[in-house]
Amino acid sequence: MFPAPFGYVRAESLDEALAVLAREGPGAKILAGGQSLLPMMKLRIAEPALLVDIHRLPALTGWQETAEGLTLGAVVRHSQLERAEALQEFYPLLGRTARWIADPLVRNRGTVAGSLAHADPAGDWGAALLALGASVTLRSLTRTRELPLDAFLVDIFTTALEPDEVLTAIRIPKPAGRPFGTYLKLERKVGDFAVVGVAVNVVLDARHTVVEAGIGLAGVGPRALRAPAAEAALIGHPLESGGIREAAALAAEAADPVSDRRGSRAYKRNVVRVFVERGLKALADESRPEVGVTA
Amino acid sequence: MEIAVTVNGQLRRADVEPRTLLVYLLRETFGLTGTHVGCDTTHCGACTVLLDEVPVKSCTVLAVQADGSSVMTVEGLETDGRLHPLQSAFSDHHGLQCGYCTPGMLMAAWALLRETPHPQPAEIRRALSGNLCRCTGYQNIVEAVADAAQRMAQEVG
Amino acid sequence: MALELSEPRPLGKPIRRKEDARLIRGQGRYLDDIVLPGMLHLALVRSPYAHARIRRIDVQRAAALPGVHLVLTGQDLAAAGLAWMPTLAGDRQMVLAVDKVLFQYQEVAAVVAESRALAEDAAALVEVDYEPLPAVVDPYRALEPGSPILREDRDPPSNRIFHWEAGDRAATEAALARSAVVVRETVRMPRVHPAPLEPCGCIADYQRATGRLTWYVTSQAPHAHRTVLAMVAGIPEHKIRVVSPDVGGGFGNKVPVFPGYVAAIVAAMRLNRPVKWVETRTENLTSTNFARDYHMTVEIGADADGKVTALKVSTIADHGAFDAAADPTRFPAGLFSIVTGSYDFPVAFAEVDGVYTNKAPGGVAYRCSFRVTEASFLIERAMQSLALRLGMDPVALRLKNFIPPEKFPYHSPLGWTYDSGNYRATLERAMERIGYAALRQEQAERRARGELMGIGVSTFTEIVGAGPSHTFDILGIKMFDSCELRVHPTGKVLARLGTRHQGQGHETTFAQVIAEELGLTADDVLVEEGDTDTAPYGLGTYASRSTPTAGAAAAVAARRVRDKARRIAAHLLEVAEDDVEWDGTRFHPAGTPARGVTMAEVALAAYTNPPPGMEPGLEGTVYYDPPNLTFPNGAYLCVVDIDKGTSQVHVRRFVAVDDCGTVINPMVVEGQIHGGLTEGFAIAFLQEIAFDEQGNCLAPNFMEYLVPTAVETPQWETDRTVTPSPHHPIGAKGVGESPNVGSPAAFVNAVIDALAPLGVTHLDIPLYPWKIWEVLHERGVAE
Ligand SMILES: Cc1cc2nc3c(=O)[nH]c(=O)nc-3n(C[C@H](O)[C@H](O)[C@H](O)COP(=O)(O)OP(=O)(O)OC[C@H]3O[C@@H](n4cnc5c(N)ncnc54)[C@H](O)[C@@H]3O)c2cc1C
Ligand code: FES
Ligand code: FES
Repeated sequence: MFPAPFGYVRAESLDEALAVLAREGPGAKILAGGQSLLPMMKLRIAEPALLVDIHRLPALTGWQETAEGLTLGAVVRHSQLERAEALQEFYPLLGRTARWIADPLVRNRGTVAGSLAHADPAGDWGAALLALGASVTLRSLTRTRELPLDAFLVDIFTTALEPDEVLTAIRIPKPAGRPFGTYLKLERKVGDFAVVGVAVNVVLDARHTVVEAGIGLAGVGPRALRAPAAEAALIGHPLESGGIREAAALAAEAADPVSDRRGSRAYKRNVVRVFVERGLKALADESRPEVGVTA
Repeated sequence: MEIAVTVNGQLRRADVEPRTLLVYLLRETFGLTGTHVGCDTTHCGACTVLLDEVPVKSCTVLAVQADGSSVMTVEGLETDGRLHPLQSAFSDHHGLQCGYCTPGMLMAAWALLRETPHPQPAEIRRALSGNLCRCTGYQNIVEAVADAAQRMAQEVG
Repeated sequence: MALELSEPRPLGKPIRRKEDARLIRGQGRYLDDIVLPGMLHLALVRSPYAHARIRRIDVQRAAALPGVHLVLTGQDLAAAGLAWMPTLAGDRQMVLAVDKVLFQYQEVAAVVAESRALAEDAAALVEVDYEPLPAVVDPYRALEPGSPILREDRDPPSNRIFHWEAGDRAATEAALARSAVVVRETVRMPRVHPAPLEPCGCIADYQRATGRLTWYVTSQAPHAHRTVLAMVAGIPEHKIRVVSPDVGGGFGNKVPVFPGYVAAIVAAMRLNRPVKWVETRTENLTSTNFARDYHMTVEIGADADGKVTALKVSTIADHGAFDAAADPTRFPAGLFSIVTGSYDFPVAFAEVDGVYTNKAPGGVAYRCSFRVTEASFLIERAMQSLALRLGMDPVALRLKNFIPPEKFPYHSPLGWTYDSGNYRATLERAMERIGYAALRQEQAERRARGELMGIGVSTFTEIVGAGPSHTFDILGIKMFDSCELRVHPTGKVLARLGTRHQGQGHETTFAQVIAEELGLTADDVLVEEGDTDTAPYGLGTYASRSTPTAGAAAAVAARRVRDKARRIAAHLLEVAEDDVEWDGTRFHPAGTPARGVTMAEVALAAYTNPPPGMEPGLEGTVYYDPPNLTFPNGAYLCVVDIDKGTSQVHVRRFVAVDDCGTVINPMVVEGQIHGGLTEGFAIAFLQEIAFDEQGNCLAPNFMEYLVPTAVETPQWETDRTVTPSPHHPIGAKGVGESPNVGSPAAFVNAVIDALAPLGVTHLDIPLYPWKIWEVLHERGVAE
């Protein structure tokens, strides 16, 4: 299987990439890790006229941790976050999500930003980054805008990206207390997209009260979803079984899955409930050092 | 497009169409047929090579993206006519049958052992989970990798 | 750990595989690695519809693309009388569709160009105007009156391909009517695909000047392919050379001849240049030969104590648009009549109706002897249902009904003569290994806590080694196999066989067999397969037949050589032939072991100093026609735990005790078992080629056709008992497929065992978690 012919530019700078996009219009596509785009081109589902390769642009690599939060460059790869021990203290959910994506070889190429731009409704980063309250920076030659991820993700394989824009950075606010987060995924086998993916993230204050909560869902709607009612139910309380059960039930209601070969709507909803409950319980255990269980 | 890639330690140049996949650059342009193709959707890992020492599926990397990089394939595992401990261990433990997945498995395992010199069986299974094998049921592959790890530790120690 | 090739007396030892040396270095030579000067590439245009009339095909734009050399359509082939080809099952199959397409992804046109990428570009430019027709996807519907007739070329027009039956219907029905207990179950074995990691492909290299075709092809059966080609293309058989290079797995996929092959050959002949066609994974999964798709209804009877009384089976076999199964000619349902399994049924009856549907053609034996997986799955599932109904432990039910050792050779009610077996011993070994009694105890405790734990049993009997030529042929060609053996003057050996390995290790295991007979080491014996110009005729490697047939041929050929060697040894030792003893590595005069000669010394003499009057040389050729099939068997026990929240099944343990008779190389046997168990696991839990109601294939790639990785695959625990086959020269039975045949039922029975307290007796495979959840949810026990 071979892609249809196309042109190729390896951008030497972000401005060059933006200029090419502005000039070429919708026929031009950004190439990041290529782990979604190239398979589609090989199957000839996608036939872009020109690829603008940004995967080695120094300006987009790596991340920065500041007092406000974490900024991920657009070509940070899944495997980098999987191994980023330095991020575990404040952003434990990142590493625990990364390890579930695709397989180790795909993780070595694919990027977090590429995942968001691709907007597969079963993609894992959408759910995890919604749970972390992330926002994205979009740049074109003429403007820069910052959107909450919730506004960026629109529909199946559809985002707020304009054809001349590049997603240049992902920002995650710094937690206002001790963060705990984990990702649970039901996949049919390694390398499968999520049947159901659930990201849970809570931030506790010194008295073990939840001060921030994020719950993101993958595979159960036309795009990654947040479960705001469930999040709200957790805030202001300690992480305890009663509240956890309530949040789990509310999260299941937020899910809007379709019945397909991966399971019925009722099944997927139930898995959301089970996962939210299990995930939060695991975080509760983890937050009590005397128990010291890690997910 | 003109590209230059260091393959198994040798600088090689080629003129390729942008759509040429790295795996075909290796197989067809450079004649290194040890790297195989087993699928169209980036699932099987038969095409696994090391790109700047990182294992990747070479069917999902453009040859032009490898310009300026170094690539190692199964043909580069032997040094001075001596098998890599992974290669011997695969044979000793019957970790291959038809051999079609083997080059990819070896490259993925190479990367695992560089990062994790003493992997547990579960870690080996995880590290090889981008590589499908239809023949062996994986068990002897896992044993081979664990044994190679020990041999390498002894060689160093 | 492997022993070196220089190991003396190698039979039964874990000798390092010879094939490894090249394969671990990336120096295997698979089909796609071969590049011939001037070679062109072929790509196929395929139908997007499962059933449609072709109104018009326009190839102009494709043909005009620079670099394109040829575009072929069904019309072009029809003009040459090649629009159809015979299948191994005696049906015929369209090479390139003419008026109608009968399955999605059917071959419609072929494009030949300078490169593969260009060929694909051009294929995308071929315009085909289709008129969609209603598709027949459900095989039961295909048989209903008023269902569209798919194969208008057949006379009489019918969607029924064949009706086959075995056993005594009346006696079986009467016995069922008299039985205290009768359990009825409908069991589906869905369509799956062997999906070897290397897809299929070929290079056709035709020399117009000599009229010679060299055909490189990923083939499990090169000689059969040559004969079929001679029949299809009309090329004299001696002018065809089929070369099967290293094969990257086969599992049944590489037995048939595919339209792409014929198209490549026609193109090579037209263009007088080599033409390569290598299918993509999508093409592989959608068009080149699926397996199974058996829809089976079983009735099993027993008396109140659980002694089985009768077995009745009715099956609808979905063969797709063409019957492209590779079954022996007289067995359109393969060896399905092994369905009485390991149990002593007084009477039985089985019938199978083959049906056409708008799906890809096939019905190959996927890592099993023809239709044996289906049969084994059915009887082992039926025994589970019967045990549940009787309230008996499934192990106790089996022990009660096994064919006892003293009844062998055992004549089954459906007509087979089982060679040997000790089923009780095999099962007891497995129970001991897994700690059966303790597990049942643990299960009771877990059940009391509301947990779902299950223990599955499968005690299967396989039937392999087709086969005796009085019964088995493919298109008239008897299913013997062969070995030609030459001992060179220095005592080194070249052996050529009619089989073709694809990972089974023949280069090593057959060398071991021969070396053992000749007192040499495996290193001394070069085994060659896969080139029809040099190898003796044979039917190939599939259905676990290589060891029973070619392996036997190798042993017998070596024995013939040794007989001659003994006469030469007598001459060298200057004693009478009767006074020569063979100690396994040397000939010596009886009672004087110190004064011996080795095979190498004898070989030299065969060429330099043969006894007066003896023809020089030391060679033997054997065409081995087995007197019977062999019947490997095994006992598999599986433990599963089910997560009540996600309904995921975790296979906690799996113990497989196999009895494949004499073991040639235990390391290779164990590897075959691991691989087969993994396939069985995949079939039970993951793999299915499903279709929607329009006949669209829902698993056309590895995204949806779920091949397990190292992470999902359980850890296997293997063991064996050895009951040699009495009629095989070294007592071997063949093993490559037993685990795939025997294991699916063990997994399913374990899951059903876990769910049995909820009243569940059956679930269709693959056992996706959601199917289990629906049951738990309905019974109110889901988390
Ligand atoms: C076998 C397999 C299994 C997978 N399993 C999973 C899984 O389980 N979970 C999961 O989440 N993902 C999975 N993926 C997808 C994987 O995570 C991809 O890496 C990811 O979806 C895309 O990232 P990429 O960098 O490779 O993007 P590319 O393939 O390079 O690009 C994808 C799309 O995004 C656009 N794009 C990329 N980067 C930018 C940018 N910075 N700005 C604007 N547009 C951009 C491209 O133009 C293109 O349209 C799997 C992929 C494969 C091949
Ligand atoms: S060829 Fe299958 S992943 Fe590359
Ligand atoms: S050895 Fe055949 S695919 Fe792995």
